[in-house]
Amino acid sequence: MTETDRVKVKRRELTDTFLEGKNMSKVYGMGRKANRAVDNVNFKFRRGEIVSIVGESGSGKTTLAKMILGLTSITEGQLEVHGQPRAFGTTAEKREYWKNIQAIFQDPFSTYNVFSKIDKVLLNCIELRGQKNLPYAQKVEIMTEACSFVNLRFAELTNKYPFELSGGQMQRLMIARIYILKPKLLIADEPTSMVDACSRATILDMLLKLRDEEDMTIVFITHDIGLAYYVSDTIYIMKSGQFVEQGTSDEVILNPKSDYTKRLLSDVPSIYEPWDLSSDDVEEDEFAAASGGDS
Amino acid sequence: MADYILEVNDLKTRYVTRFRENVYAVDGVSFKLKEGETLGIAGESGCGKSTLAMSLMGYYFPPLHYTSGSIIIDGREITGEDPEVLRRTALGTEIAYIPQAAMNALNPTRKIIKYINDVLVAHNIRLNKKELREMAEERLRLVNLPVEVLDRYPVELSGGMKQRTVIAISSLLSPKILIADEPSSALDVSSQKLVIKMLLDLIDKGLVKSMIFITHELPLLYNVTKKIAVMYAGQFVELGPAHESVFEPLHPYAKGLMGSIIVPSEGIRDEHLVAIPGTPPNLKAPPQHCRFAARCKFRQPLCDSVVVPERFASDGRLFRCLLPEAVLRELKYEDQIKSKQEDAEVELDVNIIPFAGDNGDGDSGKESGG
Repeated sequence: MTETDRVKVKRRELTDTFLEGKNMSKVYGMGRKANRAVDNVNFKFRRGEIVSIVGESGSGKTTLAKMILGLTSITEGQLEVHGQPRAFGTTAEKREYWKNIQAIFQDPFSTYNVFSKIDKVLLNCIELRGQKNLPYAQKVEIMTEACSFVNLRFAELTNKYPFELSGGQMQRLMIARIYILKPKLLIADEPTSMVDACSRATILDMLLKLRDEEDMTIVFITHDIGLAYYVSDTIYIMKSGQFVEQGTSDEVILNPKSDYTKRLLSDVPSIYEPWDLSSDDVEEDEFAAASGGDS
Repeated sequence: MADYILEVNDLKTRYVTRFRENVYAVDGVSFKLKEGETLGIAGESGCGKSTLAMSLMGYYFPPLHYTSGSIIIDGREITGEDPEVLRRTALGTEIAYIPQAAMNALNPTRKIIKYINDVLVAHNIRLNKKELREMAEERLRLVNLPVEVLDRYPVELSGGMKQRTVIAISSLLSPKILIADEPSSALDVSSQKLVIKMLLDLIDKGLVKSMIFITHELPLLYNVTKKIAVMYAGQFVELGPAHESVFEPLHPYAKGLMGSIIVPSEGIRDEHLVAIPGTPPNLKAPPQHCRFAARCKFRQPLCDSVVVPERFASDGRLFRCLLPEAVLRELKYEDQIKSKQEDAEVELDVNIIPFAGDNGDGDSGKESGG
């Protein structure tokens, strides 16, 4: 907490719009039971920035991420990549789109194929990059470099299965994959919620490194506004499918305008101010939360 | 006798794996807890926090085995008692445990009120339906839960609600000690707040006399408990009041851990977080000397050759490090990054105290008040 010799975090100017969402909605169900999980959202993600989407469980964060990833269809509105509507008709177009996009999910234990060893996981990435015919020695070089990027030692990992690693190490291996693939867009859906505070610091710093070195756009989805503030350039606050506040991190966190943001901020325990546990405004429709909840 | 509500002396427990290997997950933990006090336990994954929580119940089932030490709850020693007797007379009434994802313990096909009945029946309390409902409703009102919960199925409740219901059930018989093992880690921050509020309420209203709270979220711990213990590789490396533990940690590991705190306040974005490099030692064969030595920035030659005893600082805080208290107070975790190369080590060598077993805290008098 002293300002002695911690490495300063770089800040940059950003202009180039990379991904743009226009009036995007996702409706689950039909008729009276229709549930607008994402309701008419607009956003602009620029190249080389980390965008955080912050909201409670069931606010539609993950649905939005799935729509960007193309894992679920967009009910209304459209998604534009470099000003062009995302083409998603044919398999070839899908493949083309997915080349530039990668994701890290919440649960590291269910991300990997339990039957393939770690070097296989990384070799697959090199093949995906179109370097299948590279000599093995060069492949090893690439893998070693990727592992050292995330502070893992490749030599120790080659003969292990992913489940032999700890949760934090698995998430880091995931980042090593991403380092090899070098996508333009990375979606990190609560990548730190299942690891401890120490590994969390490492993972967040790696995301910052990816942004700075690879000029990657990272969408960081979280419910913890503190993490979002540390890691991101822009923050979108999401509540029941809509963005209630958006802006640069400093704007949103230091001068929050909406009451919801203020509430989220007060929900995070701080060590500098006493934590106010008295407010009762969180109690609203608790039973309703279960139906629209985290599925 | 009952000065302390919970007294743990040199508790050691181990796991026995399929291959007959011992994993020493809790290795010599001692602490005392007064009535109304709350103790928080922090540490990395795999440091033995959860094992300690399970060991404290005194109810061991494979693969967890008891090795040595004693647990005394309000004057009653529960180690060595018959497990079946213990289960009926101590669990739930003397000591209760809330596991990490407690809400998953609920069977989706049974209503909440049935669970409440189960708890009572297991402890030989027979009530008829009307009495049961009255008792349950009264209890729920006391902990600010809506009474409608009783007739719901678990699937109808949200995650936070389920977790709070489980807490209400586990504290039904007013246990003296409530152990909460990461009760909020599967929840979002808003539900977490409600859960914490409820736990603190239980203590305020005297339903629970004392609480042990386990988490890796230090800001949370700081706000919930009065005392914080930092655990590393099966041992407490630091134990002291919450404020001092967070703002002036003594042990190098605790210093590193505090560097990973993220709170939404001005200035945190400008500096990178400090993460401790390396991984914790394998608990199958924990090192005899200082367990943190392999990852420690302030490591000295002596650290690899002697056993580190529990030492007490001038203000009564426990720490487990060979360096003198005055030196530890001065050191900042970040400092060493800069001065790792040459000169710092020479300077520190002068202050090293020779290890002499019993007079470990002998030289804490020359404290500089750092």
